[in-house]
Amino acid sequence: MDKLNLTKHISSQFNDEIEQVRNHVMAMGGLIEQQLSDALTAIATSDAELAQQVIANDLLVNDWEIKIDAECTRIIAKRQPAASDLRLIMAIIKAISDLERIGDEAERIARVGLESFSSAQQDLLINLENMGRHVAQMLHEVLDAFARMDVESALAVYKEDKKVDREYEAITRQLMTYMMEDPRSIPKIMNVLWSARALERIGDRCKNVSEYVISFVKGRDVRHSDAESLEQKARS
Amino acid sequence: MTQHQMPYSFMELDLANEKSKMQVNDLSLHYGNSLVLKNINLIIPEKRVTAFIGPSGCGKSTLLRCFNRMNDLVDNCRISGEILLDEQNIYDKSVDVAELRRSVGMVFQKPNPFPKTIYENVAYGLRLQGISDRRVLDEVVETSLKSAALWAEVKDRLHENAFGLSGGQQQRLVIARAIAIEPDVLLLDEPASALDPISTLKIEELICELKTRYTIVIVTHNMQQAARVSDYTAFMYMGDLVEFDTTNKIFTTPSQQQTEDYITGRFG
Repeated sequence: MDKLNLTKHISSQFNDEIEQVRNHVMAMGGLIEQQLSDALTAIATSDAELAQQVIANDLLVNDWEIKIDAECTRIIAKRQPAASDLRLIMAIIKAISDLERIGDEAERIARVGLESFSSAQQDLLINLENMGRHVAQMLHEVLDAFARMDVESALAVYKEDKKVDREYEAITRQLMTYMMEDPRSIPKIMNVLWSARALERIGDRCKNVSEYVISFVKGRDVRHSDAESLEQKARS
Repeated sequence: MTQHQMPYSFMELDLANEKSKMQVNDLSLHYGNSLVLKNINLIIPEKRVTAFIGPSGCGKSTLLRCFNRMNDLVDNCRISGEILLDEQNIYDKSVDVAELRRSVGMVFQKPNPFPKTIYENVAYGLRLQGISDRRVLDEVVETSLKSAALWAEVKDRLHENAFGLSGGQQQRLVIARAIAIEPDVLLLDEPASALDPISTLKIEELICELKTRYTIVIVTHNMQQAARVSDYTAFMYMGDLVEFDTTNKIFTTPSQQQTEDYITGRFG
């Protein structure tokens, strides 16, 4: 972290504030990782209690977002951050809004865990779980990239999203086959489909956070550029 | 939205598109044996506000004072290189210094009105030029005070002593006095550092008004002030010009680590 010079201000108060807000982002990220992992476990093991817990804990995620937002507002009002400090605060404000939405998606997935699936339908959940573990790994890595403000690992996450998109397409096709075979299962399968969609969205949001890391380090906005030019900007 | 309607601070400026009003070429300055300015090169774009920032003793005020040869008054001061004002080297032997200072006006940190009436303060420069026509003087005093955003506050007391004004009003009076003689360039050396926040904002507002007609160079310790009022910012450190770029660039993504450290308050 010292390599980023984040806490080399003359004002030790300012250093403490930046340190604190970064720690809070990490705490929020850790909670969301746990939420996603619990939601996936709840589905895989049909654990309704765990699912309820994930749903209840989403309120904590929301509280973090509000708290960190307030801290950033205070830093802007009192310290008038410039250059890398300003970019860091902007990156944090944007990242926590994506993280909060990831929390919402985890909650949505947990709600599917409240349902009971017949043993035949359990098969449907296996592919979902694989995609879930993939996305959870992406989330873990992007939080790590954000903590270290590491462009290379952010780029890796950015590229990973393509694979998640493909997995989502595969699952969608598979679920459609099931629906055609057994129309009575459609309501249940729709729920699984929504979960897959939620995971796909989490992948997109991880990609967003990876863009904030690159923007912070490189000092240029890399959103809405295609993968190739983004990589070029990130490495130049 | 056209460029005209866009707030100044959002405009995408580029030094390459600017007309140079003043140009500093290989300027070095010694006080006695110490080298205070080290081979400075930059341009001052016309009708823009250029800010010099940097820690105390970095040479920013010294550089500002080179623009109207105020350093000529300092013993042991040696200057090499040149400063062009509209293509003319102001350090050329043929240059009349009084004439130079008429076209490059200066305002200092502490308001320094003359111990005269408000009216006479503003009319002073014109009287020096031999203008005594009452109607001309009246008109210039009024337009200058209006330009300096002071007219409304002093129009009923023009013949009272200038020392009766508040610090912020005195500073605006000094600016009115400087622009009464229609300079091309206005040098401001910490013009707001002795003023309260509201007077400071009035001076900053005034600077934004004035830049449509004058080229302005400002030295300031207040970085946020530089960020608010200037179009271009030069960061100086120990006699070197470290970085010179648009203010938007300097305050969001400076290219030099030293600049970054200074504007984010990391200087050890």
